[in-house]
Amino acid sequence: MKIRAQIAMVLNLDKCIGCHTCSVTCKNVWTSRDGVEYAWFNNVETKPGIGYPKEWENQKKWKGGWVRGRNGNLTPRLGGRFRVLAKIFANPDLPQIDDYYEPFTFDYAHLQSAPLSQTAPTARPRSLITGERMEKIEWGPNWEEILGGEFAKRSKDANFEAIEKEIYGEFENTFMMYLPRLCEHCLNPACVAACPSGAIYKREEDGIVLIDQDKCRGWRMCVSACPYKKIYYNWQSGKSEKCILCYPRLEVGQPTVCSETCVGRIRYLGVMLYDADRIAEAASVPAETDLYRAQLDIFLDPHDPAVIAQARADGVPDAWLEAARHSPVYKMAIDWKIAFPLHPEYRTLPMVWYVPPLSPIQARAEAGALDWNGTIPDVSKLRIPLRYLANLLTAGEEYPVKFALERLLAMRAYMRARHVDGTEATAVLEQVNLDRATVEDMYRILALAAYEDRFVIPTTHREYAENAFDLRNSCGFSFGDGCASGTAAGGLFAAPAHKHGVKAKEQA
Amino acid sequence: MNETLFGVYPYIAITVFLLGSLVRFEYGQYTWRSGSSQLLRGRMLVIGSNCFHIGILAILAGHFVGLLTPHAVYTGIGITVREKQLAAMGFGGAAGVLCFFGLSLLIYRRLSDPRIRATSSVMDIAILLMLWVQLSMGLGSILVSAQHLDGSEMLVLADWAQRIVTFRPGAAAAMAHASLIYKLHILLGLTILLVFPFSRLVHIWSAPVTYVGRRYQIVRRRGGAAGERP
Repeated sequence: MKIRAQIAMVLNLDKCIGCHTCSVTCKNVWTSRDGVEYAWFNNVETKPGIGYPKEWENQKKWKGGWVRGRNGNLTPRLGGRFRVLAKIFANPDLPQIDDYYEPFTFDYAHLQSAPLSQTAPTARPRSLITGERMEKIEWGPNWEEILGGEFAKRSKDANFEAIEKEIYGEFENTFMMYLPRLCEHCLNPACVAACPSGAIYKREEDGIVLIDQDKCRGWRMCVSACPYKKIYYNWQSGKSEKCILCYPRLEVGQPTVCSETCVGRIRYLGVMLYDADRIAEAASVPAETDLYRAQLDIFLDPHDPAVIAQARADGVPDAWLEAARHSPVYKMAIDWKIAFPLHPEYRTLPMVWYVPPLSPIQARAEAGALDWNGTIPDVSKLRIPLRYLANLLTAGEEYPVKFALERLLAMRAYMRARHVDGTEATAVLEQVNLDRATVEDMYRILALAAYEDRFVIPTTHREYAENAFDLRNSCGFSFGDGCASGTAAGGLFAAPAHKHGVKAKEQA
Repeated sequence: MNETLFGVYPYIAITVFLLGSLVRFEYGQYTWRSGSSQLLRGRMLVIGSNCFHIGILAILAGHFVGLLTPHAVYTGIGITVREKQLAAMGFGGAAGVLCFFGLSLLIYRRLSDPRIRATSSVMDIAILLMLWVQLSMGLGSILVSAQHLDGSEMLVLADWAQRIVTFRPGAAAAMAHASLIYKLHILLGLTILLVFPFSRLVHIWSAPVTYVGRRYQIVRRRGGAAGERP
């Protein structure tokens, strides 16, 4: 057993209102630069929909994640090492920028400089790549917002697998949910495996997956290999970039920007302990439907004295073990079983988990449109098909999702009875096998969601920290090129700044 | 003049090539990349880039083997100079045509596609054009070679190259009576070496051959010590 710790995230989709604050704050901090203006380390999709980039969940098309061979070994779907190298001159599985969207700005200056005219002046769009006029913007990072576009296109969503989807195109049966997405910081990342340069790595201390910008050569295999399409090629710098889980913030105990600014308070950050020696075993179980449980199995109980002793021996600091014992992620994933990995069938063992959304059913149940199962509504009659959520979160197995939704419903019913009716509805709890203390804790974490309950982040331990004295006179946070920006004018080796880019527009 | 161009210039070019690459590797890691534009437009690139790269790698390998293998080695294994020249013309010609097709496509794409044109640096375009001219001269020299199949010209060129890399005198003198097209081909080749460290060509140094023997997962500890996990 080799115990490692990771900062993991849970998103409570039941409370996501799709406001995109997470995406916008993330972009302002990390990707408001030339070359990555099309990239959203965090984006929020309306489901069902084909998403961003187009059809990212269709791995027959994009070849992301892993496949299990007949001998039980895993190979990136992109191919083994020789097949990856054979694609190096031109990667046939690379998305085009049009699959994301062509980045654009508007001629805002025209609003002020236009001559007097009969009609109000308009700010027309202009490409941030070519600088040319775009007559029509045909796709964007959130084109399908709140079911935009026709159902025929949106229904290409891979999560409709094994669902008779036609009826969901009818107005009366339509459903939607929001899915905020970021890098999953997987335990078994396919991007790391596919990188010919060996530039991508997982940090041992906190599990964050990073791209070494000095070692990246721009071979672009990671973009294809990541099944979540959360690695972006910076066409200006020629390097790939991805979500860094705001590690400069985590290191000082602050939550990520997306979590900090989430107005719905849906995001949770906490430490998970896992057995690194069993990653391969868990990722290569034969049945895809077993992957969720296999991943649960390699997480370790931070209260177990044997685990604590081994973790100490493996160099996990006590502050991290203490944080693991209070981890909201552990509670939701392991204790309550209400959080699930996103697409476990990709076999990457993702570490950003989701509580399935519930809200649409309660109103229907009260209106008498739903069947009741004991004291809570029958969740198999949800407006969002159970199978759809199961395809998203448990490789198609409905039971765990159903169980989680029933628990969420039971919590609501119990707390409602207490606060509105002034009664203790213990029968509801018995039905989903919860005791009073647990449900109160669930209510505290999920409904009240206080800052200190959502984010239990140990600061970087002294032993890990850099010696600040050695850093004196250094450049601070730079682009890995010493004190040069890598795009500065005049440098002998530097790439020229892009003349139509974001920076050029700002200066104009 | 001949001495400067074929005796001194090679050493200047090779020195800049090696030292420049080293300096850039040390100080400009963030600028060290292949500079792919596939994301912006894949059309034409997939076929163009594959043809170009496969062709040029074959050509480079041919030049290394053909120019630097001592005369005694291949006569020792029973290959005559004439046979070697015919092999070089056939093999090099085939690879050259493949490369020419790919490179021409890439140049057309870079100059005609508005996205690629707008995001190209001067060096990106210059290096493509230099390679194209160099390749055209190389293919053109096959026609010249066809007029003297005895291999004597090839021996002169090999003699020059071997004298240069082994620091023996008389390299320039060996070149004095070579055909003009070979002289131009060599001079442009040396110039490409000269600008190499300042162009995207540096990615050749980073050909990821070690990937074949690498473990899939990489875990690094903060503070630099890199380690692979089993």
